[in-house]
Amino acid sequence: MSSLSRDDVANLARLARIEMTDQELENLTTEFGVILNAVARVQEVATTDVPATSHPLPLKNIFRSDVVIPSLTPEEALSGAPASEEQRFRVPQILGEEA
Amino acid sequence: MIKNSAAEMSAALSNGATTSVALTQAHLDRISEVDGKVHAFLYVDTHGALEQAKKVDDARARGEKLGPLAGVPLALKDVLVQKDVPTTCGSKILEGWRPPYDSTVVSKLKNAGVVILGKTNMDEFAMGSSTENSAYGPTHNPWDLTRIPGGSGGGSSAALAAFEAPLAIGTDTGGSIRQPAAVTGTVGVKPTYGGVSRYGLVAFSSSLDQAGPCARTVLDTALLHEVIAGHDAKDSTSINAPVPQVVAAAKSGDVKGMKIGVVKELNGDGYQAGVRQRFEESLELLAKAGAEIIEVSAPNFEYALAAYYLIAPSECSSNLARFDAMRYGLRVGDKDGASAESVMNMTREVGFGREVKRRILLGTYALSSGYYDAYYGSAQKVRTLITQDFNKAFEKCDVMVSPTCPTTAFKIGEKADDPLAMYLNDIATIPVNMAGIGGMSLPSGVAPEDGLPVGFQIMSPVMQDQRMYSVGAALEAALLSKWGAPLLSQAPALGGAA
Repeated sequence: MSSLSRDDVANLARLARIEMTDQELENLTTEFGVILNAVARVQEVATTDVPATSHPLPLKNIFRSDVVIPSLTPEEALSGAPASEEQRFRVPQILGEEA
Repeated sequence: MIKNSAAEMSAALSNGATTSVALTQAHLDRISEVDGKVHAFLYVDTHGALEQAKKVDDARARGEKLGPLAGVPLALKDVLVQKDVPTTCGSKILEGWRPPYDSTVVSKLKNAGVVILGKTNMDEFAMGSSTENSAYGPTHNPWDLTRIPGGSGGGSSAALAAFEAPLAIGTDTGGSIRQPAAVTGTVGVKPTYGGVSRYGLVAFSSSLDQAGPCARTVLDTALLHEVIAGHDAKDSTSINAPVPQVVAAAKSGDVKGMKIGVVKELNGDGYQAGVRQRFEESLELLAKAGAEIIEVSAPNFEYALAAYYLIAPSECSSNLARFDAMRYGLRVGDKDGASAESVMNMTREVGFGREVKRRILLGTYALSSGYYDAYYGSAQKVRTLITQDFNKAFEKCDVMVSPTCPTTAFKIGEKADDPLAMYLNDIATIPVNMAGIGGMSLPSGVAPEDGLPVGFQIMSPVMQDQRMYSVGAALEAALLSKWGAPLLSQAPALGGAA
């Protein structure tokens, strides 16, 4: 039986950087009980002798030559920015007041 | 004119019976007339579409050699970026964003002279099976406006069924091209993973996402497939091999001597009676056309849904971390003294809808230390078992078949509060994505009990996409001669001048 407490769900929301309301946390706690029970079925057949597949194609390390190719101008790259300044993304403060 | 196939429109353009501007205007008019009821489009690019149409007409007048779909209109799922045209992915977090570049699919469409009419509605970030998870309101199924058009690409499928466009682009992570095709009586193909570039496709689950063609006939779907497919250095998971000859396969429709494997596990209990009846009838028609029908077994498919709802949320929780309110999209709570973290937290709370948050948290859990092996790790092992089931079955048959969905279109709102019931829609389509193979859905008729369309699914091995087109074309021809007219002629009129 898989289950998560409301505090567990609140911690997941914090890790995922989503400020959730109490009501949302309540709903998700209930839903996760049901969903986790359903998805835990994978453990029935996932024995140690079965290799994992992370991707459908057997590709690895696709490189390109290290040459400059045309790309976005600074104006284009910043065109969707919520705020910009001097050709940079302007972001809210990252360090606390005491820093 | 708007009820014709894209191939017929193309012929009319070539022989001068019409112009691309006239054809495009006819579709824009149709959109104005019926999209208030259907809500297939999030954005209609009237100016851009007519401009592209004029360019194609001018090129044709100059005698330039044009591709088969030059001048034919298309509806684009709002998860593929098109330069300067709003792209929302059905989410508030991207409202108003205009991408500064074209996705490879869009570049290829533009180069082929295809006219992009606008962006179609979808479940937010392609997470859903009904288009009810769009932040901009649901799309309505043209067969019955109280029902869902499938999802996540319900806007694209509804646009085809409502004759708002003869061609559309979808993306398929767990069935988002095929299930909408099934419930709207249209055709949709998920190519082999890596067959169509993902560059500029806003990522949901990178190891499963695949863009593909949608249309009203198998040949139209093939023509569009060849336009968008091919190796792309901008997508490191793109397959560097020749595009399968899908147009030739769709034109020949030859199934003589082909072995068609019916998947034992994707039928029976849980499948609506009318869905099963149409499926059996299609098998008989394919046998009459010269194919050999055998039964194949895929015992691990029953775990596919569980594995999918671990793998897709895990990859989504990582991919959607990019929506951080810093570089593009919505920013909420940026007042004096607010930290970047609190702005991020508030923006993601306001910008994401319920299903997206549910999956981000589920994925965060499945990938977390202490639970990784039990959930994500186990799901990856199931992925191996499903691929092995396909490989074994394809030793006995050329293609595998099943109903596309267990039921016909359900009512809007019917499953909105039950995520597990909603997830069950994708039970027959998900195995294809897990193995990265090709899958097609085409209409096999309507279910007698509710008069709604039923889809027939064809699955083909990696980079053997032409096989599903051969089988699809053979079945389509047999059904057409039985019906006497395309299935969509049985759909109710939506009003308008069509």
